[in-house]
Amino acid sequence: MQLSDKTVNKPGAPRARHLTLSLNNPTIRAILWQIGLGLVVILAGWYLAGNTMANLARLSIASGFGFLDRESGVQIGESLIATGPRDSYGDIFIVGLLNTLKVSGVGIVLATILGVLLGMARLSSNWLVARFAATYVEAVRNVPLLLQLFIWYALLTEGLPGPRQAEPLIPGVDIFLSNRGLKFPAPADDPVWAWVAVLFAVGVLATLAISAWNRKRQLSTGQRLPMTPIGLGLILGLPLAFLALSGGGAMDVPVLQGFNFRGGMTLSPEFAALLFGLTLYTAAFIGEIVRSGILAVPKGQTEAATALGLSRSTAMRLVILPQALRVIIPPTTSQFLNLTKNSSLAVAIGYPDFVAVANTAINQTGQAVEGVLSIMIVYLVISLALSAFMNWYNRRVALVER
Amino acid sequence: MQLRLWGAALAVTCLTAITGTAQAGPTLDAIKGRGQLFCGVNAGLPGFSNPDSQGKWTGLDADTCRAVAAAVLGDANKIRFTPLSAQQRLTAVQTGEIDLLARNTTWTLTRDAQGLNFAPTTYFDGQGLMVPKSLGVTSAKQLDGATVCVQMGTTTELNLSDWFRTHNLSFKPVVIEALDEVNAAYFAGRCDVMTADISALAGTRATVAPKPDDHLILPEVLSKEPLGPVVRHGDDQWRDIVTWTIYALIEAEEKGITAANVDEKLKDADPVVQRLLGVQGDMGPLLGLDKQWAYRAIKAVGNYGEIFNRNVGKGSPLKLDRGLNALWTNGGLMYAPPIR
Repeated sequence: MQLSDKTVNKPGAPRARHLTLSLNNPTIRAILWQIGLGLVVILAGWYLAGNTMANLARLSIASGFGFLDRESGVQIGESLIATGPRDSYGDIFIVGLLNTLKVSGVGIVLATILGVLLGMARLSSNWLVARFAATYVEAVRNVPLLLQLFIWYALLTEGLPGPRQAEPLIPGVDIFLSNRGLKFPAPADDPVWAWVAVLFAVGVLATLAISAWNRKRQLSTGQRLPMTPIGLGLILGLPLAFLALSGGGAMDVPVLQGFNFRGGMTLSPEFAALLFGLTLYTAAFIGEIVRSGILAVPKGQTEAATALGLSRSTAMRLVILPQALRVIIPPTTSQFLNLTKNSSLAVAIGYPDFVAVANTAINQTGQAVEGVLSIMIVYLVISLALSAFMNWYNRRVALVER
Repeated sequence: MQLRLWGAALAVTCLTAITGTAQAGPTLDAIKGRGQLFCGVNAGLPGFSNPDSQGKWTGLDADTCRAVAAAVLGDANKIRFTPLSAQQRLTAVQTGEIDLLARNTTWTLTRDAQGLNFAPTTYFDGQGLMVPKSLGVTSAKQLDGATVCVQMGTTTELNLSDWFRTHNLSFKPVVIEALDEVNAAYFAGRCDVMTADISALAGTRATVAPKPDDHLILPEVLSKEPLGPVVRHGDDQWRDIVTWTIYALIEAEEKGITAANVDEKLKDADPVVQRLLGVQGDMGPLLGLDKQWAYRAIKAVGNYGEIFNRNVGKGSPLKLDRGLNALWTNGGLMYAPPIR
């Protein structure tokens, strides 16, 4: 643009006049084009929105988000918070959102763990392990996810006994696996559990503090304490010791009553099928990403680590993976986003995720535009938040390398 | 499935935004112009609309479409059937994607007021509950704490929670999008109870259940479900045509006119029959059709009683009683206003 200014300005002519008025000035033209394009986009948007509103009004379809405050009258099958038919549509949207976050969050963690293991397994020198991992990856990522969900759901509902026929998984312990899901005892309302939670938090904080101090000590003296037993002892040992001393807390135990088990906690077949499907499917892709990331690290790095006397696993942990992460993180972010969006396939197998709940709301209120808009906004926000976090992490990993 | 759902959602936004005003012309002209009736049906509900082994749509709803096509176009086969999911169906009518929705759709105030018009009810249904006999349940009031399988996007979902709330019972819903998957989940034992309209439950029991005798439809009727064809709000002529075609089929049963004897009935001396079949009077032209509209509809699919028996009644695997769907002369609710 500076270049074109020069060509337009004739020698001797006052510079300012040309810049402000002449249409021959490419800079001015460029700005005008931008303004013109912007106006067209705004007008098109205005026209579409206005026309939609007018048509909705003509067809007597209500618009606006007022329905969010109305009582829904709908019962949601599973929820992280208390819910009932007296909840408003806004409330059940939150229930659906939490269900989406629950399955995506757990799915992302599990898929990452399984994916890293798969990626390393494919590079294993053990022929059997490498072949098994390769077969798994090819089989799982080439079958449509929806089909896998149906298979898991059918296995879980057809394959397991009804609640009345269910036997405890371990004799004497109240854990039941039936086609109503996995039922297991949960901590009941008891002050003992509050103390256990406090001690757990204390254990985590203490472990973090000790490991920070340990790192400093290692830098100055070269010696390090064995952190694994210390951490485990603090985080798990402390609450467990307290539990043993206090004689245990009250438990909410599942009991067969009428049609189903009452009490305890439930892992529903819908949640399990969706989680299995999402985790196993996404792990296959993450496995390939991890493999490519590891292979992207020059072989010389491994050889240098070996020459320094590092063992294979230490070399992997301290030399290869930190460098491989730079290659692994960006495509893995896409996989996390995919997993989150794929969780909307829940409608097919009856898990009440956000899309399922919004669908019900659309049908009961007839407000499809608002419902679909809500779905779009929710997924956009989740995706943007997730990628913002992953980008932050990516920058951190990249800096460490330099 | 997911794709279809998003497709429907996009159709709402795009079609209402862009082509909404383009569809304002009378539906009748559009149908005559293209020579085909666009009819929305259920993708697979035995007795109402279900493709047979040759891919031909059968059922009470499919026959309603045929009757209208015969009345309007003179050929009961000039129809494009569009299978629609429960969520897609209303939007498809509103946007003008289909001319007529005959897809076991319940007539409610909300739907009627929001851009739709209902033609006369072709099947008076009610929501029911089906349980395996092995459960030992004989009344819905014993279902406290039960798990209930229900299809997404239906009035059923709301009726269910209303009914349990009214009777102070708790339940756990499993809400699935596709009817096939709802059936599969119920027969796998994922749920204690399956809920749907009683006619649909009977259809599922007759055609899907591994052993139909193992399942019991409970006596409680949770709701009123008058099922009938739906047209778009704002084209009164088209609504009249659909309405009176259905009344013609009901009137034909009352007058004993069948697909087999309709030609003989042309010579019947009864003035009511003569007006109905177009021998006398100008009933068809008043609707914007020709005189033979009702004759062709009856000739193509038979009277209402024949349609009922063939698809859901004693002549079908469903074996449903006429019940509320008997003629008013037999204590039912089927009543056609005078055609004159």
